[in-house]
Amino acid sequence: MTDYTTDEMMVLAAARALPDGAACFVGIGLPSTAANLARRTHAPELVLIYEAGAIGAKPTRLPASIGDGILAETADAVISVPEVFNYWLQPGRIEIGFLGAAQIDRYANINTTVIGPDYDHPKVRLPGAGGAPEIAASCGEVVVIVRQSPRSFVERVDFVTSVGYGHGPGDRERLGLRGRGPVRVITDLGVLEPDPESLELTLTTVHPGVHADRAREATGWELAVADDLQVSEEPTAEELEALRELQRSGQPA
Amino acid sequence: MAHSAHTIVPLGAAVAELVHDGDTVALEGFTHLIPMAAGREIIRQRRRDLTLVRMTPDIVYDQLIGAGCARKLVFSWGGNPGVGSLHRFRDAIQNGWPHPIEIDEHSHAGLANRYVAAASGLPFAVMRGYRGTDLPAHTPNIQPITCPFTGEVLTAVPALDLDVAIVHAQRADREGNVQMWGLTGVQKEAVLGAKRSLVTVEEIVDELEPMPNAVVLPKWVVTRVAEAPHGAHPSYAHDYYERDNAYYREWDGISKERESFERWLEAV
Repeated sequence: MTDYTTDEMMVLAAARALPDGAACFVGIGLPSTAANLARRTHAPELVLIYEAGAIGAKPTRLPASIGDGILAETADAVISVPEVFNYWLQPGRIEIGFLGAAQIDRYANINTTVIGPDYDHPKVRLPGAGGAPEIAASCGEVVVIVRQSPRSFVERVDFVTSVGYGHGPGDRERLGLRGRGPVRVITDLGVLEPDPESLELTLTTVHPGVHADRAREATGWELAVADDLQVSEEPTAEELEALRELQRSGQPA
Repeated sequence: MAHSAHTIVPLGAAVAELVHDGDTVALEGFTHLIPMAAGREIIRQRRRDLTLVRMTPDIVYDQLIGAGCARKLVFSWGGNPGVGSLHRFRDAIQNGWPHPIEIDEHSHAGLANRYVAAASGLPFAVMRGYRGTDLPAHTPNIQPITCPFTGEVLTAVPALDLDVAIVHAQRADREGNVQMWGLTGVQKEAVLGAKRSLVTVEEIVDELEPMPNAVVLPKWVVTRVAEAPHGAHPSYAHDYYERDNAYYREWDGISKERESFERWLEAV
């Protein structure tokens, strides 16, 4: 059995969630690593879109930043930033959006703006929205990747930066949000999916060696757990090698 | 308006002429071609009360904010990409240091569209966005608008009112025609949407060789051009130099505390 870290398990679970041939809007950091890993393993036809203006980027090493030159060099098309949002994201051309979160609630609403509660005098000023609100609204579906702890999994986010399911069923439709919303939240402990009826995030999978109670303790609300709780497949040697090689490729010379 | 060789001036003269206290200034470049040298020149010339507009403040505005140049910030994502926080940005917003700063916060799509409206000569842009989020409650520059044809409720954002746009490009010819390629972000819209503009370039050349995907700004839409080799460092200039990722990490250390930032400021 190969040794692996919880972060590696998390990235692998995220990579596995990406179907081959889909167009995927990628943020820097864990989403970029997972998407590039997917391209190198089961999804070689995955189309990567970076908000800096790269459509169909095929980086040969891990991009060091969201506007890394290798994205422009390898992309099928290099476009302006307004074009990314207005012609590609907004009309619903992109199947999958990948988001991170500082805080997330039971309806997968995400906060990356302030740890408050007061917007005008925040305790912590976070970077802000970036591409996230429109990714959450317009991508066919959204995958969230976030480490699970009571600090991140909160009863109520201090600020709604990006909408998941709002206050529950019917909200996305009422708000005119055309994408389906978050279909999977991948953490270092397991995977959560929205309940088909209540849309509340439910723990459906734990990573190997993780007990559901640990996920409950890491959640700031009473976590719903699926009756048929699954266990993630362990990383294969090939997947781990592909991931580690990818991460080495992104190291500074 | 036609220009000739008068378009090309030294950087210091360009900033002195174009950037005034109280101006609304955009320094654009989305990770790539960030006009860092121009930013430092604005600090050197001690501009005050600026409304700074930039989608991602990055190190350039962290520096300008920490130096006390800004009264207000219009932005859509304020972090140190790949590293963590922008400490001077956070210190200004959380603690009012060196003085309180007003913010006009958007998403990337929203702020990009404010540039589009400005470049288009229109009073606002329309988009599908922000619905169900908390930002409209805090940003008056986000308003609902109903489509007069379909009745769909959309979102309107006003055009930016830019006094000056400053961008960095790979090169210009001796007439002042500018050429940029790679990821050009919202640079064209910023230049076209501003009352006056400055383009700093890596080099002046005799002739602009065509490049794939290049954006050309003809001399007659650019106010001034200034040669500034390495003018985008620590960001990068495609085909000239790479991003200095180590410096972005170093900036975290320099800017974390006020004292170390002030020491950096003295040496600018």
